[in-house]
Amino acid sequence: MTEQTSIPSGDNRELKESVSDRKISWLERVLGPENYRIIKGLFKTPASIVGFILILTFILVAVFAPLIAPPVGKDPYKIPRDGFGGEPKAPGSPWKRNVPEIPFWYKTLTGKDEWVHLLGTAQGQYDIFYGIIWGTRTAFKTGLFVVVVTVAIGVIIGSVAAYYGGWIDNFLMRVVDIFMTLPYIMMALILSAVLTPLWGRSLMPPLIAMITFGWMGYARIIRSDILSIKNRDFVMAAKVSGVKNSRTLFKHIMPNAIFPTLVLASLGIGDVVLSFAALSFLGIGTEVGYADWGQVLSFSRNWITSLDKYWYIVVYPGIVLTLFVMGWNLVGDAMRDVLDPRMRGKS
Amino acid sequence: MTNYIIRRLLMVPLLLIGVTLIIFGMLQFLGPVERSALYMKDFPKNDKQVEGIIRQYGLDQPFLVQYWKWLTGVKDPVTGEMEGGVLRGQFGYSRTASQPVVDIIRNRFPNTLDLALWTVFPMLSVGIWMGVKAAVNQNKAFDQAARIYSIIGTSFPTFVFGLLLLMFFYAKLKWFLPGRMSDWVNQLIYSGNFKSYTHLLTIDALLNGRFDVFWDALRHLIMPIMTLSYINWATYVRVTRSSMLETLRMDYVTTARAKGLLERDVVNKHARPNAMLPIVTMMGSSIVGLLGGVVITETVFNYPGIGKAAADAAAQLDVVTVLGMGIFTGLILIVSNLIVDVMYAFIDPRVRLN
Repeated sequence: MTEQTSIPSGDNRELKESVSDRKISWLERVLGPENYRIIKGLFKTPASIVGFILILTFILVAVFAPLIAPPVGKDPYKIPRDGFGGEPKAPGSPWKRNVPEIPFWYKTLTGKDEWVHLLGTAQGQYDIFYGIIWGTRTAFKTGLFVVVVTVAIGVIIGSVAAYYGGWIDNFLMRVVDIFMTLPYIMMALILSAVLTPLWGRSLMPPLIAMITFGWMGYARIIRSDILSIKNRDFVMAAKVSGVKNSRTLFKHIMPNAIFPTLVLASLGIGDVVLSFAALSFLGIGTEVGYADWGQVLSFSRNWITSLDKYWYIVVYPGIVLTLFVMGWNLVGDAMRDVLDPRMRGKS
Repeated sequence: MTNYIIRRLLMVPLLLIGVTLIIFGMLQFLGPVERSALYMKDFPKNDKQVEGIIRQYGLDQPFLVQYWKWLTGVKDPVTGEMEGGVLRGQFGYSRTASQPVVDIIRNRFPNTLDLALWTVFPMLSVGIWMGVKAAVNQNKAFDQAARIYSIIGTSFPTFVFGLLLLMFFYAKLKWFLPGRMSDWVNQLIYSGNFKSYTHLLTIDALLNGRFDVFWDALRHLIMPIMTLSYINWATYVRVTRSSMLETLRMDYVTTARAKGLLERDVVNKHARPNAMLPIVTMMGSSIVGLLGGVVITETVFNYPGIGKAAADAAAQLDVVTVLGMGIFTGLILIVSNLIVDVMYAFIDPRVRLN
C-alpha cells in the first residue's frame, strides 16, 4: 500500500502498523508482494548468487568485447586468422600475420608490446581468445532473440487457447502435441538445411529452426497459468463490467498470471545457447570462422587423434560455454525452488 | 481405462498426419530439382529434363496433391513402376551417399539400437539410485553432491564432454576408441566367417562366440555410453529426488514409520514404488530419445548411427536424406510414446481406475 491510496491519511499509519512493521520498498510496490517475494528469493541462495555473478561477467565481456579483443577489418564477428596453416598453435605463441591492435589491458598487465595468441589458435589459425570473447556477443544475441520470439509465440498461443477454451483450445493444444512429437534436433537440422541455401550461411537458419520447434513448452505453461486464474473474481468483475475480451486477457489476466513464467523463460537463454552451439558444432549455421563458441569447438573435430597435444582447442571454449550455461541454470534452479509452493515460507 | 486407451489411440492418426504435414511443408522451400530426389536417383541434366520431371512427379501441383503423391508414390509412365511414396517405405534418394535413404536407415539403425541397448541399464539404474539416495539423505553431503552434479551435468554440453573423453581415453590413454569397430573386425565381417544374425555387433559377436570382437565393439561403445549416461543421470537425479521427497512427506509413509517398520522397508517397499511414477514417463521418453538417434553424441564419436547420418547429410545440405531420418525417428517416437502412455495407464492406479 502506498500513500496514494484512498485510505484516509489519519488511519493510514495505524493500519500499516497493525499489519506489519516492515518497510515496503519501491520494488515491492512496483511488482506486488508475490512477485517481489520471487525476486528476493532469487538473491538469497549462494548458488543463484554465483549464477548472477557468472551472467554479469559474461554481460561485461560482451559489452566490452572491442576493448578486450580489438577487431581486425570490417566485420568484428570474423575471427582474425594468423595465416592459413592447418595445425593449431599453442597458447602464448606470437602473432605474426594479420595482427590486431594490442588491447590496452595486455600492455598494462604484462608491459609487453607484442600481442600473442593468448589461448592458442585452432585449425586454420583462427585465434581462440578472440573467438571466445566475441562469441559471448553471439551467445547473447542468439539467446535473447530465440527466447523473446519463442516466449512471444508461446504467450499468444497459450493465452488464446486458455482464454477462449472450447474447440480453439482443443485445436491449438493438438498442434502443440504434434510439434512435441517431432524429434527436436532432427527437425532443427532439416529446417536449417532447407533454409541455408535460401538465406546463405548465417545465424538465421538455425535460429528460425530453433524457434519453430521450441515454442510449445511455453505455450503449455502459459495456458495453465491463465487457466488457474481465469475464473477468479477480479476477472469476473472485469467481464461483468463489459471489458472487451482482448483487454481482459492482456490487461487483467496476463499481468497476474505470467510473471513467473516470464522470469523462468528468460533463464532459458542458457539452454538456447547450448542448442545453438550444438547445431553449429554439427556444421549448421554460420560460415566458417564466425565468432561463435560451437564453431570454435567444431574445429577440434578433425584433431581427435591428437587432442592430448591440442587440448586448448577443446578446453578453453568448452569451459566458457559450460560456465555460461551454468550461470543461467543456477539462477533457474533457484527460481524453480522459489516458485514451488511447498517451499513458501522456508529459507 | 478403456476410454483412456481409445482416446490415446485416436490421437495416433492425427499425430501421423500432423507430423508428415510439417515435414512435407518444410520440403516446399526446396526447388523442384532437389525435391526430385524424393522419386529419382540422379540429378536432372538439363532444363528440358527438369520440366519433364516437374510434370511427371507433379512438382508444380497444389500442396495437398503433392502431399498425397509424396505419401503414396508416383507411377513411372515408361516402366510402370511406382517411385517414391513414404507409405510404401520409400523415403527418396540420398544424393550425397548415392543410395536410397531407406538403405542408409537399414544400415545405420542397428548401430543406434546397439548403443541404446547398452546405455539403458547404466542410465536408469545409477540415475534412479542416486536420486533415491539423495532424497533419503536430504541436505546431507550426498544430497548436496548430487544437486551440484545435476546442475553441472545439465550445463555441460554433450559435445564438450565427449571431446574431453576423447582427449583422455582415446588420444592420451588409447583405452577406448571412436567409431564402430576396428579394421580387422570390419574385414572379418566381410570375409564371411562372421554371421550377422541380428546386425547388432555386440550380440552377433556373442552369438558367434567371438569374445575378441565383443570386446572390440565394447571398446568403441564405452565413450558414447558414458556420455549419454552422464547427461541423463543429471535429469534422473533431479526428478527422482523431488518425486521421492514428495512421497516421503505423505501421510501413509508416516503411518508406515509409526507402525515401527524399519526405515529401509519404509523407503524401499512403501515410498519408492509410488515415487517411480513420474520416472516411468521419463524413462519412456529417454529410451525413445536413444532410439531416435542421438545426433550429437554419435557425431562426436564418429559412431555410424542414424543421428550421425542425419548430421552429416544436413551439413552437406542433403535435405531429402535428413528428412528421411526425420520421418523415421518421428514414427519411432509416435509408436513408442503410445506404448509408454498405455503402459502408464496400467501402472498408475489413478488412470487405471478412472
